[in-house]
Amino acid sequence: MSRLWNGVLKRELALAYQHKTELVQPLMFMLMVVTLFPLGIGPGPETLQMIGPGVIWIAAILSSLLGMERLFRDDFQDGSLEQMMLSGIPVSLLAAIKVFTHWLVSTGPLLIMSPLLAMFLNLTVPMYIALLFTLLLGTPLLSFVGAIAVGLTVSLQRGGILLALLLIPVFIPLLIFATSAVDSAALQLPYHPQLAIIGAMLLLAMAVSPFAIAYSLRVSQN
Amino acid sequence: MTSLVANALTCIKRDRILFENLQLTLNRGELLYLRGPNGAGKTSLLRLLTGLSVPESGNVTFDGTSVRSPHSGFCEASIYLGHKSGLSSALSAIDNLSYWCSQHNVSASKNAVFNVLEQVGLVGLEDIPVRMLSAGQQRRVALSRLWLKPATFWLLDEPFTALDVDGVAMLEDKFAAHIREDGAIITTSHQPLSERAGEHTLYDLEYRF
Repeated sequence: MSRLWNGVLKRELALAYQHKTELVQPLMFMLMVVTLFPLGIGPGPETLQMIGPGVIWIAAILSSLLGMERLFRDDFQDGSLEQMMLSGIPVSLLAAIKVFTHWLVSTGPLLIMSPLLAMFLNLTVPMYIALLFTLLLGTPLLSFVGAIAVGLTVSLQRGGILLALLLIPVFIPLLIFATSAVDSAALQLPYHPQLAIIGAMLLLAMAVSPFAIAYSLRVSQN
Repeated sequence: MTSLVANALTCIKRDRILFENLQLTLNRGELLYLRGPNGAGKTSLLRLLTGLSVPESGNVTFDGTSVRSPHSGFCEASIYLGHKSGLSSALSAIDNLSYWCSQHNVSASKNAVFNVLEQVGLVGLEDIPVRMLSAGQQRRVALSRLWLKPATFWLLDEPFTALDVDGVAMLEDKFAAHIREDGAIITTSHQPLSERAGEHTLYDLEYRF
């Protein structure tokens, strides 16, 4: 246990602290994308309320894609990853911890920023609460599934666009259920079913993706 | 006696056969010096031996079990230092090595790491980010792992790169000491090893078309 805590988790947090700007940039990107919509579409409160959930979720997906690459890229390039893979710690466990800390440091600030975004787009309080739940359940799903593709593309030069092309189609179901949950909240209908489906997808991803990530990292080392 | 054995290894990179049916045994107390021109497959061979990459055919066993199996005990008994230093450039030498020790289940206190860094000649440079160090100093930080982890099998890819004369002598002395303690080393290099490193076996890889 202390191996994982002292050797991997603390290291990830220390590295995240050193690379603060890389974490802040996707957030600023998200803030700006969301700001563009009222300017481009017009500031009508009803219009904004209608497109709000979709805008926030699309911006969240795009900004998570921007920050996703740093998950394994630096460690792969400087050789830390091969040293970790030879440490005797199961690679799947290692991958799970890396994904979890990445989610924590990249999405934690996003959740803190979300009330501001909700105000920009005139979301009501019930809508915001639903949005918060979908973000809480959905963003770890983005990280776990995205990490598989990051593992596969890490050995390529400039895998960034390829990463987006691989992942955006995969995230469509999540986008549909998440925005539908917020829409239900707007109509004061129950939105548990949508949350339950996102939760089920998250559980499946958490169970399966560490092994897939481990496999993709091994392939990239080859 | 434990040994690292490569059985009938074949490695193909970009449709070119690097080597075919390669047999190699590394026993304890042996220093194996791998030679060959650029592109002969020295690095590929070392990565196959560590289990990082998979051979086209053949296998690598440690103590009778495949090195890629988690039960072989190879990770605990070995150190691999590749071309890449394995150091995060944003972290200091001391942090890099402490995290590495925790990952590899080596209990080394901060003091122990400081002492090792002093031994490899990096006094006063422990706390600054690794990217501020020169290439030779970074190499010394990477090599400190040989002092920290009590592993028997060392697999070193060009360990002498960027080292100055003192550094080379220090590492060769370390080689000789490790062999006396019944350790095993396989190393690649383009400079010949001097007599300080002790007796060594040569293994030549040829460049094939």
